[in-house]
Amino acid sequence: MRLTVEFGGGLELLCQSIKIHHVDVNHKAGEEKLIMKDLLCWIRSNLIKERPEMFMKGDTVRPGVLVLVNDTDWELSGQLDTTLEENDVVVFISTLHGG
Amino acid sequence: MDGGEERRKRAVGRLCSICHEKKAALKRPKTLDQICRECFYAVFEEEIHKVIVENNLFKPGERIAIGASGGKDSTVLAYVLSKLNQEHNYGLDLFLLSVDEGITGYRDDSLETVKRNEIQYGLPLKIVSYKELYGWTMDEIVKAIGLKNNCTFCGVFRRQALDRGAALLRTDKLVTGHNADDIAETVLLNILRGDIARLGRCTQITTGEDGPIPRCKPFKYTYEKEILDYFSTECIYSPNAYRGFAREFIKDLEQIRPRAILDIIRSGENFRISSSTKMPEQGTCERCGYISSQKFLDVVNDKVVKVGKDFMNKSRAVIKWCKACVLLDGLNRGLPKFGIRRTKDSQKVGEHRVSNSETTVANFESKQCGNLDF
Ligand SMILES: [Zn+2]
Ligand SMILES: [Zn+2]
Ligand SMILES: [Zn+2]
Repeated sequence: MRLTVEFGGGLELLCQSIKIHHVDVNHKAGEEKLIMKDLLCWIRSNLIKERPEMFMKGDTVRPGVLVLVNDTDWELSGQLDTTLEENDVVVFISTLHGG
Repeated sequence: MDGGEERRKRAVGRLCSICHEKKAALKRPKTLDQICRECFYAVFEEEIHKVIVENNLFKPGERIAIGASGGKDSTVLAYVLSKLNQEHNYGLDLFLLSVDEGITGYRDDSLETVKRNEIQYGLPLKIVSYKELYGWTMDEIVKAIGLKNNCTFCGVFRRQALDRGAALLRTDKLVTGHNADDIAETVLLNILRGDIARLGRCTQITTGEDGPIPRCKPFKYTYEKEILDYFSTECIYSPNAYRGFAREFIKDLEQIRPRAILDIIRSGENFRISSSTKMPEQGTCERCGYISSQKFLDVVNDKVVKVGKDFMNKSRAVIKWCKACVLLDGLNRGLPKFGIRRTKDSQKVGEHRVSNSETTVANFESKQCGNLDF
């Protein structure tokens, strides 16, 4: 599944300062759909190059990281259970730095 | 529209609870309302307008400096203030005010952002440099004192730099982008430190009204998350140092109970300070004329004897210097660590000797980069 993943607010520093990533993520074997929980796992092992604790806490994002799926706060689409579809745009922005 | 519309349609079921027309795109942490972006921009701006009006933050004709760091908070503040100023005829003259500490590479991005804001929002920009204010760049200070102690300089110089820049611009007030999360964090830290004077001050929307340049915080009740939501369409601000434990704690609390941030601010506001508590008095630095309600240092015979406050030795001539002057004096005399010492017990004023002269130096607590000082 082709997705666009964007990092902002300093999170891009964890992935070699690249803000926009066009990625191809495969469904997990035996699963029909891809949900945000799977995408986070995939990002953690494929995009994040340093200090993963700045991005994740437990199996979700760190409090203070804003997550938008197609420009909508993921709180409205079920957070970790949000189902992703082809060409979706997922944005992560950290608030945890100076303003 | 390459399927974008379609995607938005299936993404979420719920309609905006304000317009009942568009799909909700975000959830307000204060109210848990689910609303669309357009309605969000409108209520966000309307709330700031209400805060400004209800607290009488400005008077028509005033010159207002906006402390502009290039970060998201001050960028959104500059944008929203100039928008409201036009829409509601505040009659304000707005200026962007930035500080260039003179740290190689450090401000390049943020000063670029501020210069872009100058053009985008049509607001005149003044950049004050440490070199012109203090005669030293931060790079030169670090060279003189080493990396370990420079945070004391950061905090003290940065705070005064905005005031002095505002004075140069002859503005009536200085506004900063401190948001509800910042204030809740400061309330917690001041409670943990038992710093009653700062606790009383940090929740006030306007401070320093008896001084030459009052400061106010129009974002006092504005959640950081919403500033980011407002800003997320244009996410270009430059990254800064990550914050400490109290900030993380606040984000954890917000996760569990979004109202927690406002509740902490309220509890800070409701702290009753016993009338017998001695509060630091406002003073004027007798070296540079800077007026502040911060602690001043007493200087006897050209030597710092104690952190200001209640020390008074009537038998000797005591003059009061601001922290910046004490630090600068040390730098200029080749005693760069003069006036600085880290101490675990910030309540107690320790003393230590510098060289073999009789000079005794008072410490003042080193704070992290002005985080606590509003
Ligand atoms: Zn709406
Ligand atoms: Zn510092
Ligand atoms: Zn002074």
